[in-house]
Amino acid sequence: MRRLLPLILFIIVSLGFAIGLSKDPRALPSQMIDKPFPEFILSDLFEPEKQYSKVDLENEISLVNVFGSWCISCVQEHRMLMELSQNKTVKLIGINWRDTRPAAERWLTRYQNPYSKIIFDEESQLAIDLGVTGAPESFLVDRSGYIRYKHVGIITPEVWNNILLPVVQDINNDINSP
Amino acid sequence: MKLTQYIFIILMIIAVTTKPSFSTVSEVEIERRAKKVEQSLRCVVCQNQSIAESDAALAKDMRQLVRSRIRSGDSDEAVLDFMQTRYGDYVLLKPPVQKNTFVLWIAPFAGLILFFCWLIYRSRNPVTETLEVSSLSSDEKNKLNKLKENIKR
Repeated sequence: MRRLLPLILFIIVSLGFAIGLSKDPRALPSQMIDKPFPEFILSDLFEPEKQYSKVDLENEISLVNVFGSWCISCVQEHRMLMELSQNKTVKLIGINWRDTRPAAERWLTRYQNPYSKIIFDEESQLAIDLGVTGAPESFLVDRSGYIRYKHVGIITPEVWNNILLPVVQDINNDINSP
Repeated sequence: MKLTQYIFIILMIIAVTTKPSFSTVSEVEIERRAKKVEQSLRCVVCQNQSIAESDAALAKDMRQLVRSRIRSGDSDEAVLDFMQTRYGDYVLLKPPVQKNTFVLWIAPFAGLILFFCWLIYRSRNPVTETLEVSSLSSDEKNKLNKLKENIKR
């Protein structure tokens, strides 16, 4: 027993490391799932006088996508977003985060605009309320304005088909069977 | 004392006791509290820094938010709570004492107590090391004798 003690300790410590080090330190747990989308009043990207609030998200399932013209990965997911804007399973809403209006507009004319509405969030007001840590980040919001899923990173076709689309179907099922 | 020294002392007293006109005490207080709160919030972009010391844009916006919340009358705890409900326990640099952090908090103290228990146990029952010399077997005696003879030669 005495001789085995170091070995046992070693195994316990290695197991601890094995579990601890295999976790991705960047993956933060989302606090926002199944909580109402935060209240906000922010202006439209193109028309500064036009204001949006939480009500603008309701009555339709929306995919709220945080992006910026400075965000390189946003270009990578852009094609997928264009596709989603055409097949209309969800309403695409953009949060233009920490950007300037001219830069964002240039970016959107260059790559095309997949969003039906774009909220301009220059000083991270909404981003912090959503617990956003980086772009791109996307939230699936149901018809009553509850956040149902948060995806950190690029929406690839696989992410859409395997993760996000099933959540959308779940939301639709909720409505049909009360 | 000379008159000039008196005047100097009076001026010093005035300088120390009156408020500077450009900032109110509450501003100073806000600044002090904001600093404290910022030092206990983790920058979520650059993970081993607090938002007080980070240059990240998001940290800058978070600092602004901390200040505006304190200014609007939130307590320090309320600001930390606000961040915690959005970013989780993760955003707090000092982990809260709760179920999943219980081991983390208790382990160092438990270790210390165990160490003292061991010390006390050892001082009461000192280890007396007794060397037990077993006598040599006849086989070993023969070997030894051979070796001794070799040395003599």
